[in-house]
Amino acid sequence: MDAATLLFVFVLAAFVGLEIITKVPPTLHTPLMSGSNAISGIAIVGAILALQGEYSTTAQVLGFVAVIFAMVNVVGGFMVTDRMLSMFGSKKKKV
Amino acid sequence: MSTYLYIAAAVLFILGIKRLGKVKTARSGNQVAALGMLVALIGVLVEAKVLDWTMASIALGIGTVIGVLLATRVQMTSMPELVAAFNGLGGAASALVAAVELYDKSKESTLASQDTMVATTVPLSILIGTATLSGSAVAYFKLAGKPFPHPFKGALRNLSHVALVLGIVYASYWSATSMGAEADTAMIVLLVLSTIAGVFLVTPIGGADMPVVVALLNSLSGVAAAASGFVIANQMLIVAGALVGASGLILTQIMCKAMNRSLGNVLIGGVGDGAVAADAREYHNIKKTSSEEVAMLLDGATSCVIVPGYGLAVAQAQHTCANLAKELESRGVDVRYAIHPVAGRMPGHMNVLLAEADVPYDKLWEMERINSEFENTDVVVIVGANDVVNPLAREKTGSPIDGMPILDVDKARTVVMIKRSLSPGYAGCRNPLFDHENTLMVFEDAKAALQGMLDELKEM
Repeated sequence: MDAATLLFVFVLAAFVGLEIITKVPPTLHTPLMSGSNAISGIAIVGAILALQGEYSTTAQVLGFVAVIFAMVNVVGGFMVTDRMLSMFGSKKKKV
Repeated sequence: MSTYLYIAAAVLFILGIKRLGKVKTARSGNQVAALGMLVALIGVLVEAKVLDWTMASIALGIGTVIGVLLATRVQMTSMPELVAAFNGLGGAASALVAAVELYDKSKESTLASQDTMVATTVPLSILIGTATLSGSAVAYFKLAGKPFPHPFKGALRNLSHVALVLGIVYASYWSATSMGAEADTAMIVLLVLSTIAGVFLVTPIGGADMPVVVALLNSLSGVAAAASGFVIANQMLIVAGALVGASGLILTQIMCKAMNRSLGNVLIGGVGDGAVAADAREYHNIKKTSSEEVAMLLDGATSCVIVPGYGLAVAQAQHTCANLAKELESRGVDVRYAIHPVAGRMPGHMNVLLAEADVPYDKLWEMERINSEFENTDVVVIVGANDVVNPLAREKTGSPIDGMPILDVDKARTVVMIKRSLSPGYAGCRNPLFDHENTLMVFEDAKAALQGMLDELKEM
């Protein structure tokens, strides 16, 4: 895929990112951060691809470590965000 | 097939982040984003043709176990450290993906001779990912209260930064235009320099600015993921990374605005260096009081504002604090919480803690709204906050917190400050509020002090 197409995708996605987050109430600053942080664990896709047979052993070891790191980021990030947001939820019922 | 799954994942990420920005839809937004991740994972497992399934399952399994343990075991009070750690891991994964490409593809010919885009984005991805990792590590230690000073000062610091930038540019060029063992050496040099870059980026940033740093590192981890997307020519990685990068930048801006500073100012400021020294001898008019006296004071008040800070988090006093507020309300006292945008160590830190203690959302007042109310407040109880109520910020003294908007608690009739000692806050400067004529100091751990007040009140 050529560089221009990828750059095009990047620029458009960045604008979408700027537009969808406008006024965030302070309560959500922490959950938004940890939730979007979990999304940045998407590098896991690249890490898994590095585990393919065509790569050298060294590369596969690095890929293995990368998969662990990214998976901790993904699973931990989404779970802890849900834990935080569930507390907001339980509180709302009482009000 | 995998392409369609990637498109679905990208859409789910966009919807998820959008929903995360609204209180009502936040929880489902997080779940939608998590679903997106699952779809992306299925996509890559479909795409990977000759995958070593054993290795992949073991790695995914280990990652899942560690992730679950961290997410379920962490105290809400140490959320900032956890987010910093996750940021670092995400950055590290992105850097490793690029390192793998560089290592394997530069064996027989240089990256530059194969593909200009890969040759450009591999060093970039290594740089951003590694700097995110080392920057997050420094942030982690700073958040845990360990000092991490910049090794250089003044002109030498600027010089070191220029040298570092030149070194990184050269190492990037070198790694893309060499092959075999030389390319590996170049990569290691680039890794080392990038690590130093992350450290230098975060070390000069001073105390009160920590929430900005956490938000900025979050944005960087997104950019790192996008860069690795360029490396492996995967549009979905680019979309997801760019989304996180952009939304993280917005969050960073919101933080900066709350502190009345520009991002550049925060980054280069070197705040915290020339810290106005603070020690107990500088205070002359300290009035010490006890939980018992404060309880009596509170019982006679009609309005009370609680100002929570990092000390509340450290002492795990959020539940005790909420119980005290409930007891006061049952006695007819109007209780509200004043939330400074950067109270604690990350954006929205106090909101999360108080939500854990079941404090209703409408009791939390933001700074702009509550500042005009302090004049008519009988008692302000400051629980482990310091810099965000420091009147020094309103004066131009060259202190690290110059110009930061603060909660004007000194306008209240009485200020009760619960604090273990007269030590300075995170920004390291003297707080004239301690000396203020209306200020009473309770030198105790936040939880013990609040519990003491609660017990006294119940006996009245």
